[in-house]
Amino acid sequence: MTTTAPSPASIGDIPEVSVAVPDPDGHGHLAEMRTDPVALLERVYAECGEIGRFRIAGKEVIMVTGAEVNEQFFKAPDSTLDQAAAYPFMTPIFGKGVVFDASPEERQQALKNQALRGDQMRGHATTIENEINRMVAAWGDEGEIDLLDFFAELTIYNTAACLVGLPFREEIDHRFAEAYHGLERGTDALAYVDPYMEGVEAFEIRDRSRETLVALVQDIIDRRRQRGVVPRDERDLLDVLISIDMSADYITGVFISMLFAGHHTSSGTSAWTLIELMRHPEVMADVVAELDELYADGSEISFRSLRSIPQLESVIKETLRLHPPLIILMRQVVEEIELAGHVIPPGTIVASSPRVSNRIEEDFPNAQSFDPARYQDPRQEDLQNRWTWIPFGAGKHRCVGNAFAMMQIKAIFSVLLRDFEFELVQPSETYRDDYSKMVIQLQRPCRARYRRRTS
Amino acid sequence: MTGASFTVVADLDLCQGHQMCQGEAPDVFGFDEDADLVTVLEEHPDESLRPDVVSAVKYCPAMALSITEED
Repeated sequence: MTTTAPSPASIGDIPEVSVAVPDPDGHGHLAEMRTDPVALLERVYAECGEIGRFRIAGKEVIMVTGAEVNEQFFKAPDSTLDQAAAYPFMTPIFGKGVVFDASPEERQQALKNQALRGDQMRGHATTIENEINRMVAAWGDEGEIDLLDFFAELTIYNTAACLVGLPFREEIDHRFAEAYHGLERGTDALAYVDPYMEGVEAFEIRDRSRETLVALVQDIIDRRRQRGVVPRDERDLLDVLISIDMSADYITGVFISMLFAGHHTSSGTSAWTLIELMRHPEVMADVVAELDELYADGSEISFRSLRSIPQLESVIKETLRLHPPLIILMRQVVEEIELAGHVIPPGTIVASSPRVSNRIEEDFPNAQSFDPARYQDPRQEDLQNRWTWIPFGAGKHRCVGNAFAMMQIKAIFSVLLRDFEFELVQPSETYRDDYSKMVIQLQRPCRARYRRRTS
Repeated sequence: MTGASFTVVADLDLCQGHQMCQGEAPDVFGFDEDADLVTVLEEHPDESLRPDVVSAVKYCPAMALSITEED
């Protein structure tokens, strides 16, 4: 613990944002956080500039925006800022004793040994191609899908197959996907008051969903115990966890935590990528032409989706900029930290908003408009703005799964756009996110029409 | 051999050890197994390697690589 000279400033000097939605229970900006968090975060930047503050229940939240102070935020050492304490809504989802987030060292170790390493990606791409083919196998020549249901189910299979293992993937079905979705719906910001508060529907759904998942995993464990030992090359992570006598409750918690970061994020981004493509038929036509040309030589999706697909990549990046799956990234201050000339004391939450930073007009000209060309040479607005183009966060904690996620979405669209055409079913502006929970999901209705390509 | 016109920079505070750059530009990037970090084998690569290095910079999952132009 370092002690510093008298503080040059205190958080009292940091401007506080106005109140747009009064909280009946005196929890500061919590009511607005639970109804329209985007408006709140945008107003913090508009009213307070690069550093501003708001209050959620008993917590002061200091939000920073802009390249200079974002860099300070993202480069702060782990000893200074703690992630788990900033996200109290996650604890009941993972369960007691399951780690929230690994240290950078542990993450690096996990990368080295496990599923996210570069040399594992080829196998994952094959797995994902198989999963998407299975999902569309039952589609006729034309029909409609609910984008939330479709992508949530597909991405749970993809992440389960790639991160836990193929045998486990074969033992789960739509019931697992639906219960998992129930967990995500349990991320009400009321958890900042008390994550176990009585009489909150979201928390009841969360707890029931977790019980359902534990029961499903218990069934799988029982079947594997009956089956007995299988050869080493047929085992997956579940066999390993069973062999060291972990309980179904704990194993479920481990799986939930492994799948969490990669699930709703990939699901939402895939859905928004399709929505933006349907909204911009000229961009859709370019991407379809690009894919047709790339695959004309008969190359496999598992091979191609690991390589450059410039137009599709630009569309995914622009989708991520406008619709980042996480709109606010938070840390709890453990040791005091200086941000934008203010010394922030321990116990405070500090935050940076991908939603706000990704739309800074100075960094992203015409920031509100969908423009995939911003990623072409020489603009490269993602690389030029490393501290404000932050859909994956930045710094040492930058999303460790981002290469997996990009490959996954490239593979998904390689299959979908090869075989089908898509169009909007509803007025364009009615596709929007539901921000009532910390995990953002598409708001229903969110339907799309498909038609098998003829040629 | 043409004169070097650019410098490759790796930020070891950001590197997460994905090893993607080795696939893109194996002559320029190596890997320190003990430290789990990238090593720059050739700080001033030949101009002919520029496209590979540009790809490595673009696809680094940790955004840990960059190119500095020289006069």
